[in-house]
Amino acid sequence: MLPTPDLSHLTKEDFIRVYEPAEDTFILLDGLENDAVELQNLDPKICLEIGSGSGCVSAFVGKLLGSSRCLYLTTDINPYASKCTVSTGKQNAVPIESITASLDSPLALRLRRNVDLLIFNPPYVPTSSEEADAAQESRGIGGSWAGGTDGMEITGLFLNNLPNLLSTNGRFYLVGVAVNNISAIHQNLRGLRLDGKVILHRRAGREHLYVMKFMRILTP
Amino acid sequence: MVRLITHNLLACHVKGCTTNNFPLVFQDAQVEIHEAEFNEDFIRGFMPKIEWKALVDSARQLGDTSLPEEQPEMADDDFLKTLHHVLLEMHIEEGAMVCQNCGHVYPISNGIPNMLLAEHEIG
Repeated sequence: MLPTPDLSHLTKEDFIRVYEPAEDTFILLDGLENDAVELQNLDPKICLEIGSGSGCVSAFVGKLLGSSRCLYLTTDINPYASKCTVSTGKQNAVPIESITASLDSPLALRLRRNVDLLIFNPPYVPTSSEEADAAQESRGIGGSWAGGTDGMEITGLFLNNLPNLLSTNGRFYLVGVAVNNISAIHQNLRGLRLDGKVILHRRAGREHLYVMKFMRILTP
Repeated sequence: MVRLITHNLLACHVKGCTTNNFPLVFQDAQVEIHEAEFNEDFIRGFMPKIEWKALVDSARQLGDTSLPEEQPEMADDDFLKTLHHVLLEMHIEEGAMVCQNCGHVYPISNGIPNMLLAEHEIG
């Protein structure tokens, strides 16, 4: 079993400003690790994580696949998270290219059908739309969880870009909770010609957490 | 980190800015060289994804003239090591990237590019 990345360089003060890895992070790490052989065989050249926060997930993927085998790109709307992502990469000897940005916005043009491994642990907690908008606008820690209606407003924005980003054999890993309506997410993505399944499901306190994996539906 | 490999993937995304919005031009760039592990398979695999002219022009802007105008069809070891250096070992720590079309300035601080836009600039 691959250990969780070393986060000992981050302090309590850091975790006031950036999301501290919790059950949703760990289920995603477990899902990725279960797919280790598949991902190593996929041999991705570009891995993109949206909303990297502390940098824990991309550092983990770097350990899983090899730090020089792939370009690890991350975005986060919170500039403080971008800094933590870089330092977590350094702490774990994985060079992470951390970019302060909303979703994939500055990368969308050039990464068209080039992302081999795409990862998003989105803000999935249901809030009012106003709260989700304000959280994104404030560039702070609230943006890591406030998800608007059904916890799906930020995820929904991103899912529409998804078919443009993913490479032919690319994999997309998404974290969700039951209230996000997991079957509706699958149905929505099927409409965008992506096929998916739940690869892990776990209950953590009040949350029913899911890790989903999606791929393009390839027509011969 | 802003290395040239990442710079080669970033475009201006201001609302309505859709032509000549790539590559972004460096301004007052402070470059540091940090050694990175050479991985031949990665460099070979990444080559088709590179916008070659943008990479050559940007490297030259930073004072590195080691890359040829045209991407060679046969990549030998020397070439791959040169490309590795340009893509992965030149770190732009401070400065900015400017859109040649709309003039938007994206600052780089502590090696991190800030690509956020104001509300009215978002498409």
